[in-house]
Amino acid sequence: MLKQIEGSKAMAEAIALCRPEVICAYPITPQTHIVEGLGEMVKTGELANCEFINVESEFAAMSVAIGSSAAGARTYTATASQGLLFMAEAVYNASGLGLPIVMTIGNRAIGAPINIWNDHSDSMSMRDAGWIQLYAETNQEALDLHIQAFRLAEELSCPVMVCVDGFILTHAYDRVDVPTQEQVDAYLPPFVPRQSLDPEHPVSIGAMVGPEAFMEVRYLAHHKQLRALGLIPLLGDEFRMQFGRASGGLLRAYRTEDAETIVVALGSVNGTIQEVVDEMRADDVRIGSVSICAFRPFPLAALREVLERAKRVVVLEKSLAVGLGGILSDGVRKALSGIVLNGYTVIAGLGGRAITRASLRQLFEDAEADELEQVTFLDLNADLVAHELAREAESRKSGPTAEAILRRVGTVASQIG
Amino acid sequence: MFQIRIHGRGGQGVVSAAEMLSVAAFLEGRHAQAFPSFGSERMGAPVMAFCRIDDKEIRLREPVLDPDALIIQDPTLLHQVDLFKGLRSTGYILINSTRDFDELGLAEFARGFRRAHLLTIAATELAMKHVGRAVPNVPLMGAFAAITRQVKLDSVIAAIREKFPPALAEKNATAATEAYAAATKTQVASHA
Amino acid sequence: MEMQPIKFYQTATFTVGNRLLDEKERSVQANMRRTNSLNSGHRACQGCGEALGARYAIDAAMRAANSQLAAVNATGCLEVFSTPYPETSWQIPWIHSLFGNAAAVASGVAAAMRVKGRDHVRVIAQGGDGGTTDIGFGCLSGMFERNDDVLYICYDNEAYMNTGVQRSSATPPAARTATTAAVGPAPGNVFGTGKNVPLIAMAHNIPYVATASVANLRDLESKVTRAMGIRGARYIHIHVPCPLGWGSAPADTIKLARLAVESGLFPLFEAEHGEIVSSTKLRQKVPVNAYLSLQKRYAHLFGKTPDVARIALIQAIADRNVKRFDLCA
Repeated sequence: MLKQIEGSKAMAEAIALCRPEVICAYPITPQTHIVEGLGEMVKTGELANCEFINVESEFAAMSVAIGSSAAGARTYTATASQGLLFMAEAVYNASGLGLPIVMTIGNRAIGAPINIWNDHSDSMSMRDAGWIQLYAETNQEALDLHIQAFRLAEELSCPVMVCVDGFILTHAYDRVDVPTQEQVDAYLPPFVPRQSLDPEHPVSIGAMVGPEAFMEVRYLAHHKQLRALGLIPLLGDEFRMQFGRASGGLLRAYRTEDAETIVVALGSVNGTIQEVVDEMRADDVRIGSVSICAFRPFPLAALREVLERAKRVVVLEKSLAVGLGGILSDGVRKALSGIVLNGYTVIAGLGGRAITRASLRQLFEDAEADELEQVTFLDLNADLVAHELAREAESRKSGPTAEAILRRVGTVASQIG
Repeated sequence: MFQIRIHGRGGQGVVSAAEMLSVAAFLEGRHAQAFPSFGSERMGAPVMAFCRIDDKEIRLREPVLDPDALIIQDPTLLHQVDLFKGLRSTGYILINSTRDFDELGLAEFARGFRRAHLLTIAATELAMKHVGRAVPNVPLMGAFAAITRQVKLDSVIAAIREKFPPALAEKNATAATEAYAAATKTQVASHA
Repeated sequence: MEMQPIKFYQTATFTVGNRLLDEKERSVQANMRRTNSLNSGHRACQGCGEALGARYAIDAAMRAANSQLAAVNATGCLEVFSTPYPETSWQIPWIHSLFGNAAAVASGVAAAMRVKGRDHVRVIAQGGDGGTTDIGFGCLSGMFERNDDVLYICYDNEAYMNTGVQRSSATPPAARTATTAAVGPAPGNVFGTGKNVPLIAMAHNIPYVATASVANLRDLESKVTRAMGIRGARYIHIHVPCPLGWGSAPADTIKLARLAVESGLFPLFEAEHGEIVSSTKLRQKVPVNAYLSLQKRYAHLFGKTPDVARIALIQAIADRNVKRFDLCA
């Protein structure tokens, strides 16, 4: 059924349709509306046979999820930014134990400085924790990916993170098609755990593993994600047949067939990128873009296939490997191993800085002309940076950096873009 | 694609206005996107919300930088924030005020726009009259429907009914209707 | 879960005496056909108070729960010695997640059982003092506040033993640990404000809080049994001497535990919804010296020039407990 609702609400409705049995979450901007929506549904009885637990921290949230999942219940939680870091130990624990928990990340920057706006630093911090990571491009996809996530997690016994751009998607009203309970039930069968805490068949879960077996255990986790490379497209195909629309999969290529320049990105910025691609195509520029949906496992082969005939690749990412450059770029570079072409990293949108059509247009034109640096910070205020560096050079007791910059930026409220 | 930017202060229903306009467009079978310019929740701070309406899927995710219509819910923002940034000359400006463009010190500025696209309306007063709350968003939505014709009044009212509980919804619907009528009258007058 | 017969010599010392009692009141351990939840073969030190306490506690819980029980274990001595890869000595469903989250994981298990209509399967969370009073404190409080149907058992040996005897917030004043060396002007642990987790548990108004000791294993069993008859958040704090960490003789474990109780340093009591409902009276109060002098972790208080002042301070703590918990008959 078509609805015009907030992205968070759309996700809450999708999650509810997946018949979760235990939901445990701790509030953090910008995930709050999702969990509030689910909490209300449980209280009214709309979401039946579900325990909704208000926990005292994100660490507790993931821990409750671990207990619940280990006891055989379909379990869901959500967090972002600082909260994801706070539960980091438990995040690794969940994947190490092979528990099919599904978690929404309302992508938000990690401080300091504290920032509530969107970028991918949070989910990137957990990229090697053994969770499958999927990125939604639109609110429709955000809704759809949760349904696919439960199916994927339970088939593999591997937890799945669904990454949704904070505010940009979570707090935006969009037109979405919310499936029926019958449709979801046909796609997502009841949870049959590989392991569970059951007095009839007692097992010990979580024992120490020493040097004699640890490598094998870790290899098997890696192998599981490699299997996911095959399973994700299959589940995406099945989704299309059942629900009538393409959603998920490893990646989506847009106008890349004869493209000389291809832009690669994760998440909602792909929408804006596609608009610019269309504008430039209208001017006969051979440009295309790729929206990567599955970041973990990383689709090396699929990506290579799309990119290998391009002259240049621009990776536009909302993440930064401090001291190195790009994070997504590393994966892309790996996919292009052995292929010679010009690769550019563009760090953009950190901490919610708007990524505009105009900036992208200029950026892609510069790329076309191969006039880009290896690593570019999009729309960086060079004056601000220079001024701060000069200020710090002047005196040892230069005070907090962020505050000094803010003073110079002036009243934020008077700025639009 | 038609782009709307709404300016106001926290607590004035700026975000709700954008959402309701998107619902109104949706009810007419169109695609719409609404989102706030995000900040920590705080009453009285300047806020913005955006709404895009189109007949095909909206992929764009940047803030509305080149609006086709501006709705200014709080005139005290007029000389504090660069409200008009990016507004096209064919654009619409609706301002919540009992004063007109001249009295607001915008006479010179207004000359660059079509007379029929400019409107000031006492939205807060209308809201107080019908709803008893100084939240001007709904009357402004009615006026918006009147002067831009991007959405029908009926759709706006339907969106209002979806959002508010029945008694409050009807009061708001009345406020929107009166605003629509007032705006239409002004527009007719400006054509004359 | 099948009962496994054990050898007669593995039954506890109560076996013969228990024959005078009604079957229902006999010690679980006296039964040759007990559940043996924590099986022999684990790697605990000789004289380990925690292994003793856990064996009694979990088997008592199993009997009370009709063998429908799952246990969540924090990282620590119990977890490590009971599951030496690739073996496990647990014969019940058991999970170890992290150091600080046993209470939260247990809340999750309980929620799952509830939602699946299987809440006859009871849940125990257990950990040492480190995992309970320090790193697990937040999760513990959260579980209490939600009144989740979990019995949390803390085995308190008063330091982080498994990592090499470092100080925890449960370490008593003056005790030597690896991070509170017995040197300098103030040797051993500080005389701080202390952290009484049973009292903190009571402040949450949960249905049942109790302290117990391996000095009185029947009392321990009966407290666990009592707790299992209640739904909601419950907490039992068990004093378990650690020969290695305390520097005591393995054969002295129960004796030491008894001295701790009889000196007043470890009061035994039960509380319901924030009010103490019973306390074990001391038959004959013993001076703290008798307890402290048997442990090398207090050796620096004794010797040629005993630290009279510090011993007096410890005695004062014991005396305060006697008054506060009404321990004198």
